[in-house]
Amino acid sequence: MAGRTRPGGATDGVKPIILMAITEQEIGELKVRAKKIRKDIVDVTGWAGGAHIGGALSMTDIMTILYFKYLNIDPQRPDWDDRDRFVLSKGHGGVGYAVVLANRGYFAPELLKEFNHSGSSFGMHLDGNMVVGVDASTGSMGHGLPMAVGMALGAKVRKKAFRVYCVLGDGECDEGSIWEAAMSARHYNLNNLIGFVDRNHLMIDGPTEQIMRLEPLADKWTAFGWKVRTINGHDFAELAEAIDFAQSYSDGPVMIIAETIKGKGIDFMENNVAWHYGGLSADLIEKAKQSIERSSP
Amino acid sequence: MSGGVTWTVYDVDKLTQKEVYGVVLCDLAKMHPEIVGLSADLAQSTKIGALGEKYPDRFFNVGIAEQNMFGMAAGMAKVGLIPFVSTFSAFASMRACEFLRTDICYQNLNCKIIATHGGTSFGPAGTTHHSTEDLSIVRAFANLTVIVPADAIETAKSVRACMEVKGPVYIRIGRGFEPRCYDSEDYEFEIGKAVELRAGTDVTVIACGTPVQHAVQAARILQEEDGLSVRVINMHTIKPIDEAAIIRAVEDTRRIVTFEDHNVIGGLGTAVADVIAASGKGCAFKKVGLPDEYAIVGYPEDIQNHYKIDTEGVVETVREIMGRDFERDEDWEDEV
Repeated sequence: MAGRTRPGGATDGVKPIILMAITEQEIGELKVRAKKIRKDIVDVTGWAGGAHIGGALSMTDIMTILYFKYLNIDPQRPDWDDRDRFVLSKGHGGVGYAVVLANRGYFAPELLKEFNHSGSSFGMHLDGNMVVGVDASTGSMGHGLPMAVGMALGAKVRKKAFRVYCVLGDGECDEGSIWEAAMSARHYNLNNLIGFVDRNHLMIDGPTEQIMRLEPLADKWTAFGWKVRTINGHDFAELAEAIDFAQSYSDGPVMIIAETIKGKGIDFMENNVAWHYGGLSADLIEKAKQSIERSSP
Repeated sequence: MSGGVTWTVYDVDKLTQKEVYGVVLCDLAKMHPEIVGLSADLAQSTKIGALGEKYPDRFFNVGIAEQNMFGMAAGMAKVGLIPFVSTFSAFASMRACEFLRTDICYQNLNCKIIATHGGTSFGPAGTTHHSTEDLSIVRAFANLTVIVPADAIETAKSVRACMEVKGPVYIRIGRGFEPRCYDSEDYEFEIGKAVELRAGTDVTVIACGTPVQHAVQAARILQEEDGLSVRVINMHTIKPIDEAAIIRAVEDTRRIVTFEDHNVIGGLGTAVADVIAASGKGCAFKKVGLPDEYAIVGYPEDIQNHYKIDTEGVVETVREIMGRDFERDEDWEDEV
């Protein structure tokens, strides 16, 4: 059962206070949401003629719990100054991001029928000046975390209480700018910055450990001064526990390494590097949706 | 007693152009609490450190990490601040190139980039610290305004004026040893509008940055020694460029020479040539700058002399272009 210990509770001899991070009912609702979002991602991939579906599916549960439980946002006021900010550093997850925003009520889901089409507001990497709800335009690897650091530091300068959440790809952690940003987040003690690595272990050309070894990844983030939690990124109870911990952690930034499966929810895509990017026939769309329906969570 | 002069890396950078920038920035910061400053271990060298001394909570030295600095600046602009980012122009335009382009220009953010040590102003530091491509690179970034002030006074005006632009501005200045071009701030400075420093009808010299004051001196010499009437245009804004001033110069003088501390590819000269070519009007034309090579090592004045972007070089080039056989024809109707 999910629960958490207040930081310091277990180590300083005080009886730990166990708090429920999330209820069974919430978990059930998030599972339903996530299934709907995965099916919508399949639809948009079909309409678009192709999309970065593998990485969109691996981060779906992270995105779902952020947008439907944790982010302090108001889709009716997308420019609300005090809102939490979200940066998709792995900008190629745009198809998943767009579907989550549509499901959260930022814009009509029908607009996504134009995804990737000529003249559309929706390219595969979302443009914040075109798509309502997108706090930062991303796509090139290694840019999102530096911007998220700037936002979190900006919040401190402006004495604002909002938090900044940032989702990184694991292959993206090859980029030097990620580690420049990592260093600065610790230096400025950005306890209002919560990062996630969507650790699906695959990049375009193959397994991350074959292309350019990342492990020990948690140790790297720890060495850069971040508080690190490694969890199952498809388990809402573990996600909730980790995010609750990150929100309560006051000493600096927290990185949640979310172990995920690329293509999660669709049996023929799971852990298949070929589905980093692809298009779907009507037949495959149906099979994909059936697989999602059978899948867990 | 041993000879020599006692100095430190900070003393050597007591630089007019940059000092003025630091002072003006502090003035602006007083009026605009949303202004913040960022530098990458060049707070002293770029003089943005002045802001940090006055407003320590609004200045961030991010260490030697230019990519992260420009990304951070974008993030800070995204949450309502106005970041002034300062580093050497070689690093602003090249090391952090994609962060400037993708994070700041693509998102059209209200960031101001003060790129110091422009052109060959860092002389003996050599090619790693020269910036003779930056204008060519950043000119191609949509949404970006590009300014190359002629001296310290114009730097002050540029820094103030850039606050009126709701978007990114790249201000390229020198190392600070540059001589003055203006005697006072008493002239009209408007972004995108060239300043005619000297009227003339025989030939037009268009320059930006340090070569501007050389052009003014050269024009005086050419008037006295050759009886030439040389128009001098300070094209402080490279983008958006003052097309009208260029077309007027073509029509009035039919001879144009550009001078810039930059590769002749892609900078001021190219921008002027674009306008002339698109106008369909013919004129004798020459671009002077680095002839597509990396600069020699030397003191800035020696490098400028070598590449003919100093007073002597302007005089020589203008004489050359005056000797060029060019048909004077007041009939513009036959030109498309």
